[in-house]
Amino acid sequence: MSDFKLNIVHLYPDILNLYGDKGNIETFKKRLLWRGINVDVKECTCDNTQIDFDETDVFLLGGGTEREQKAVLEKLLEHKKEFCDFAENGGTILAVCGGFPLLGKELKDKDGVFEGLGVLDIFTDLTKSENRLIGNVILECEGLSDKVVGFENHGGRTDIKNHTPLGKVLKGLGNDGKSGFEGVVYKNVTATYLHGPLLPKNPELCDKILLKALQNKYSDFTELLPLNDELEKAANGYITEKYL
Amino acid sequence: MRKILAIWAAKLSAVAGRIMGKNSSSGPGTIALKICPDLIERLKGNIRHKVIVTCGTNGKTTTNNLIYSALTKCGYSVVCNNLGANMLSGVATALALECNWLGSFKVDYACLEVDEASTVRVFEHIKPDYVVITNLFRDQLDRYGEVDMTVELIKKALSMADEPVLILNGDDPVTASFGHGYKNAVYYGIGEQVLRQTDDTKEGRYCTICGAEQKYNYFHYSQLGDYYCPMCGNKRPKLDFEAKNVNLTNGLAFSVGNTRVSLNYRGFYNIYNILAVYSAMNTMGIKYDSFKTALEEYKPQVGRMEEINLGKPVILNLAKNPAGFNQAIATVLQDPRKKDVIFAVNDAPSDGQDVSWLWDVDFDKIVHNELNTLSVSGTRKYDLALRFKYSDIKVDNISADMRELMQKCLATDAEVCYALVNYTALFGTEKIMLDIKKERGGK
Repeated sequence: MSDFKLNIVHLYPDILNLYGDKGNIETFKKRLLWRGINVDVKECTCDNTQIDFDETDVFLLGGGTEREQKAVLEKLLEHKKEFCDFAENGGTILAVCGGFPLLGKELKDKDGVFEGLGVLDIFTDLTKSENRLIGNVILECEGLSDKVVGFENHGGRTDIKNHTPLGKVLKGLGNDGKSGFEGVVYKNVTATYLHGPLLPKNPELCDKILLKALQNKYSDFTELLPLNDELEKAANGYITEKYL
Repeated sequence: MRKILAIWAAKLSAVAGRIMGKNSSSGPGTIALKICPDLIERLKGNIRHKVIVTCGTNGKTTTNNLIYSALTKCGYSVVCNNLGANMLSGVATALALECNWLGSFKVDYACLEVDEASTVRVFEHIKPDYVVITNLFRDQLDRYGEVDMTVELIKKALSMADEPVLILNGDDPVTASFGHGYKNAVYYGIGEQVLRQTDDTKEGRYCTICGAEQKYNYFHYSQLGDYYCPMCGNKRPKLDFEAKNVNLTNGLAFSVGNTRVSLNYRGFYNIYNILAVYSAMNTMGIKYDSFKTALEEYKPQVGRMEEINLGKPVILNLAKNPAGFNQAIATVLQDPRKKDVIFAVNDAPSDGQDVSWLWDVDFDKIVHNELNTLSVSGTRKYDLALRFKYSDIKVDNISADMRELMQKCLATDAEVCYALVNYTALFGTEKIMLDIKKERGGK
């Protein structure tokens, strides 16, 4: 093992565990370990709500039902300023599925407009959520040679305003079903509606996030060693071949 | 006239289907409903006594078919969509095909399996007197949205019916919640700790009333068990039909009321299916002296731990969601023999195109001393392979060719082979097994 180490915190997996988020945590973890980089994964849960921002390198925020997302947001808002500072200082956050809109400034549901974490200047309308955006998604992302593939299933329509999207939608519905773009990348924050096991089939995206996290922590960290991604590429290729 | 036309069309389409070698159980109903949209309303008068609907994520086909055979054994005539089509068209098919050419029939009961997402549409046409709800797990998310939405759908459907009696799995907090503030609900459940307490996927673990995390005195699997909410005091309802003295050593045995049930079924979850039938029969006040005979003679559906001998036993089981796979894996682990295991997952529309749930299955548990080889198949074989790779589990074979995989397993020195497959992989796998059997000169 090297001297490098990433500390990952999985936010409320006890509440937000709807779509196989374990896939993202395992992929982060194994792709570091296989390269001899240390990793520690902690869970922030209802039983253990402590978050040490100075000791955390990567946050993962997953998806849940709308009711569960609101319950988690309430807990996260206690640390609103810390999350915003963390992101501004180059901290890594991956928010998937229902976690994506929670990072925004505001959300709106049938009870009205409510405050989000404010990490991203985006707005999400949840009032049309009975009409869900569902299906396989293929994205073309800047700086990645492989397509990013995944599955979306969201009621929210997100306006990402002046933010840079994660990718251009080649197949699927994306942020609001009409803009043609999906997700947000801001500094080292990656947010997307592609839920659950996003990373296993998108090793290039996973490595990009990990590399930035390592470089943000260690000024002398240069590159990640290549891994054998034959299976990952085969799983990714199944989707691109089927739908493109 | 439209009615007669619709029935004839359905019957002809079914006959044509049979000649073509397709056993379509929804096609004839689809045609009939196009010709006569209110066909079901017009035919329901032919049901003399009651309409029983069974829904729920897992176990509804087995439960519905068992209620059907229990009623039949008691001498009643029953119409049932036991071919497995459980949407509006499947219900229409069952009723249309029951008719004579003059467009009528006489039966005592209707046993209808209804897909959760179809309850609203079906109840618009036919109002049940009894509704059995087996459980609600995450299933085929891309079709249903979220579990919360499925609950809302069923609630809406129930509010459209004329206060049917609800027969609910009381061990499932999500299912039991349909009984909150409802007059006519009875509950069944397993009244003692049976399995080793592990921490598998609990999806409905939050109190359905106040949202706090529930605690358990003991749990069976997934979110099923003796739960209570430490915040608001909501808890498992008093069980009207309670399984006790459960024994899993040789098949299944348990007591309910004064009845001792002992069967050669595999799978802990079958206790719930049998309990649901027992509860339904009791609630309807039917004398069921033949209950045990009905159970013993019941031939499980294709791929419900279906065993075929191909020189060594090959056991085929359908699993299509995390709860189903976790239960299937638990059943495999109860078998002490050395074994080869094949997992197959397809992503056809009827399977659900989203396979994210593979990461919610405790696949890691399949690794045990008696595991000989592990193979993955289906259109999503690489997703399965990745699921194992990231748990550091070696996969021996990855192939879309189920026949080739099965031949490989038959050639090993393992004593038994298990094939755990999802919906559209099921019939193909069974056919391969039967073909191999034929080639081997079996009966």
